[in-house]
Amino acid sequence: MPKDDMGRTMFERGRPGQRGTGALEWDIPRPGLAALFPDKFRRKKAPRLPELSEGEVVRHFVNLSTKNHHIDKGFYPLGSCTMKYNPKVHETLARLPGFTTLHPMQPAETVQGALELMWRLERMLGEISGMQAVSLQPAAGAHGELTALLVVRAWHLSRGEDRKKVLIPDSAHGTNPASAAIAGFDCVTVKSGADGRVDVDDLKSKLSSDVAAFMITNPNTVGLFETRVEEICAACHSVGAQVYMDGANLNALVGIARPGDLGFDVMHFNLHKTFTTPHGGGGPGCGPIGVKSHLAPFLPSPRVTHHDGAYGLDRPSTSIGPVHGAFGNFLMMVRAYAYVLAMGPEGMADIGHTAVLNANYLYGKIKGSLQTKYAGPYMHEFVLDGSPLKKTDLHTSDFAKRLLDYGVYAPTIYFPLIVPEAMMIEPTETESKATLDEFAEIFLEVWRQSREEPDTVRTAPHNLLLRRVDDVKAAKDLVLTHPF
Amino acid sequence: MFAVAGVSKFEDLVEAIPAHLRLARPLDLPHSQSEMALSRELRHLAEKNRGMSELTSFLGLGWTKHFIPAAVDSIVSRSEFTTAYTPYQAEASQGSLQQIFEYQTMVAEITGMEISNASLYDGATSLVEGMIMATACSKGRKGFAIASNVNPRWREVAQTYAGSNGWTFHDVGWEAGTGALDRAAVAKVLAGHAGKLAAVVVQTPNVFGLLEDLSGLADLAHQAGAVLLVAADPLACAIAEPPGSFGADIVVGEMLGLGIPTSLGGPGLGYLTTKKAHLRQMPGRVVGRTVDAEGTRAYCLTAQTREQHIRREKATSNICSNQGLMTVAASVYLALQGPQGLAEVAEQCASRLAYVRDGLQGAKIRPLFSGTPFQEEAFLLPPGSRARVEAACKTARLLPGIWLSDLLPGVPTESLLVCTSETHSRQDLDLLVSILSSAGGAA
Repeated sequence: MPKDDMGRTMFERGRPGQRGTGALEWDIPRPGLAALFPDKFRRKKAPRLPELSEGEVVRHFVNLSTKNHHIDKGFYPLGSCTMKYNPKVHETLARLPGFTTLHPMQPAETVQGALELMWRLERMLGEISGMQAVSLQPAAGAHGELTALLVVRAWHLSRGEDRKKVLIPDSAHGTNPASAAIAGFDCVTVKSGADGRVDVDDLKSKLSSDVAAFMITNPNTVGLFETRVEEICAACHSVGAQVYMDGANLNALVGIARPGDLGFDVMHFNLHKTFTTPHGGGGPGCGPIGVKSHLAPFLPSPRVTHHDGAYGLDRPSTSIGPVHGAFGNFLMMVRAYAYVLAMGPEGMADIGHTAVLNANYLYGKIKGSLQTKYAGPYMHEFVLDGSPLKKTDLHTSDFAKRLLDYGVYAPTIYFPLIVPEAMMIEPTETESKATLDEFAEIFLEVWRQSREEPDTVRTAPHNLLLRRVDDVKAAKDLVLTHPF
Repeated sequence: MFAVAGVSKFEDLVEAIPAHLRLARPLDLPHSQSEMALSRELRHLAEKNRGMSELTSFLGLGWTKHFIPAAVDSIVSRSEFTTAYTPYQAEASQGSLQQIFEYQTMVAEITGMEISNASLYDGATSLVEGMIMATACSKGRKGFAIASNVNPRWREVAQTYAGSNGWTFHDVGWEAGTGALDRAAVAKVLAGHAGKLAAVVVQTPNVFGLLEDLSGLADLAHQAGAVLLVAADPLACAIAEPPGSFGADIVVGEMLGLGIPTSLGGPGLGYLTTKKAHLRQMPGRVVGRTVDAEGTRAYCLTAQTREQHIRREKATSNICSNQGLMTVAASVYLALQGPQGLAEVAEQCASRLAYVRDGLQGAKIRPLFSGTPFQEEAFLLPPGSRARVEAACKTARLLPGIWLSDLLPGVPTESLLVCTSETHSRQDLDLLVSILSSAGGAA
């Protein structure tokens, strides 16, 4: 492709009057727009959509697609995102007309298979997590967090308590405080201790009868299991607070330990992480929540029911109400259900096992370069401290861009906030030892370059279609739509 | 591998998990199944459903079945789009970034607005995000003048969020004759709650399928220091003057149908467009155009200081993952249709509804209201006919529409909301007319 064609949009191709679909049949009378709509409603100037043939549209998008790194092409060690392989059969099954042609307002007796699938998946997630009731409705992880907090709020209110605070560790994902704010709570930050885990004394000093919940990610965002989880839950419960587990890192625990057994009251799952529904360039996700039985009456409506062999829907009056216009991202549930069937108890036990081993193996291979701030062993991921790069005036972002040159994606960078110049690496269980070895070699080579030829790293990438993208200009000049 | 990991056995790696908290038994799940066996089970579940290929359906309410050209799924199936994630590293993600930029451009064009975000979950949650945004645009006001003829399913979701956000809803009714927003009531609510309202919230077409006349509403809202928040059907905007032309501040809605199958209502695609002046209050990701170090055109995520990973509890929204892949589907669909194709689909939908209306008129079944419908319309069947209609439809494997009184107070029991699209053949329409005419005619 000629370089000057880079970034050329659909709006700069094609010709007036062209379209990529044929004219439709008129087997009924055609009254015409003027007869159908009074002039005051009629659009005067057509939207400037592309005018291209089908072949041109397909070629445009196929060319765009080649400019993406993706899991099917190469390693994607994006920490906290659990970029594991997405089995192809899920895509076939999620396209069955018996699923895709369903309408959310159909009578329950015409969607028995869909309701059965949801009912079963709820119970599977309950077994895997040790939770007693599950709602599949939230459309993404952050949506699950918010829904869970609304459930917790409703539970407190049902007991006559209007608690105002949610405690959140300083290592948490940004979605935690953002969700808490939308759920109407004030956020209070809990410090991490010197070992990278929650500072339990700090937590205890901030607990009070005004605390609705403590949100904690376990394993946490530096890849460590919160060893004092029982003490944490007991302390929260002693003041009547609920303990919420952010399930972003559930992959590490699958088959090894269950959040419900650890003492958590409520959690969310990311089907697009742990249950390998594809990430789709940023969604659709699916963020079910699991709760202990005391919170179950407050789960979003409608609830799927099962009586006398028939599946139905119920809208309990105690529910917080719906959080989605329909049932959530149903086709993601189909994929996750297929995944659980494929794994079975045997495969499930391997997920956490291999994810943990892969992460620790990879760290063992590269720890002669950059190191973690907090001591391991780690669960499914580890976080490197990139500050030694500063010796040659480099930053983590430079290092990440240079990794891209070798055909791998970069780790999650500058998160969590408690590690300077953070680089968060999550290999997942679906990568082979050979892939980990190759990545380690690339990583060590970039580390060598960082010390011996830092300009190469500073000016990376060199081997991609583009050189370093100017995000400062993007934010300053703000071109958010094509300037016609 | 254990040696490199610095341990001698797996248990050493998870020593941080107290032994008594570890799972000591296999999970109680069905045994692992081969691809063949699980495919059989999933096909069996799919076959237990009666989908639109088996039933003739006139269900709508914002989830509308449209024909999807084969090229859409051909592109959406590409693993370059499905197995990538949010395009954090711009240099290795130009495909998704440019595609989102083009999507933003198209949605802004269709709704007549200046900018768009990279997507929201669905129509209902887009309305909620629009309301959260409206409170920020109005310096924290929490009252809403909301039309009673907004999709009740969306309204219910907004209600779920209302308590924790401290929102108050002030209903604005519809005109008895036309079903359209009662504009005098808007002015009244605005006057009655001066200084408290964040937004005037309306939907077009409204729940009755009728286009709303938006002229003058923005001025009314602005004079009261509120914004005009419009939920708009993007397909209707292909032929109807879009909200942007009437000064709307925030436009939201559902793109399901445009390249996206109904799929029990999800995944759909919520959109949100607005004015440049409100960018800092806008939720979600947004892609901007820039250049690389050599001046080549490039795209990247931008204006991120609004977002949760930077602003945390002060973010404009908690959204992180959105509906990325669905924007690919909608983009391919819109690109294939172009302005002409999209307008023709819209005209087909409206014309088929007109055909049904004409047919029903012969049986003295009239629209509930006299307003201007797009592709949905409520028809008033004779009192007491619902059970007969339902029985006749069951035999004919037909879903005639949605009984509005199940969802919305204040409408007669026999109000049937019928949705037509280009996918309905003349035979489908004739079948509906004939069943409603005989079973729904006067007893």
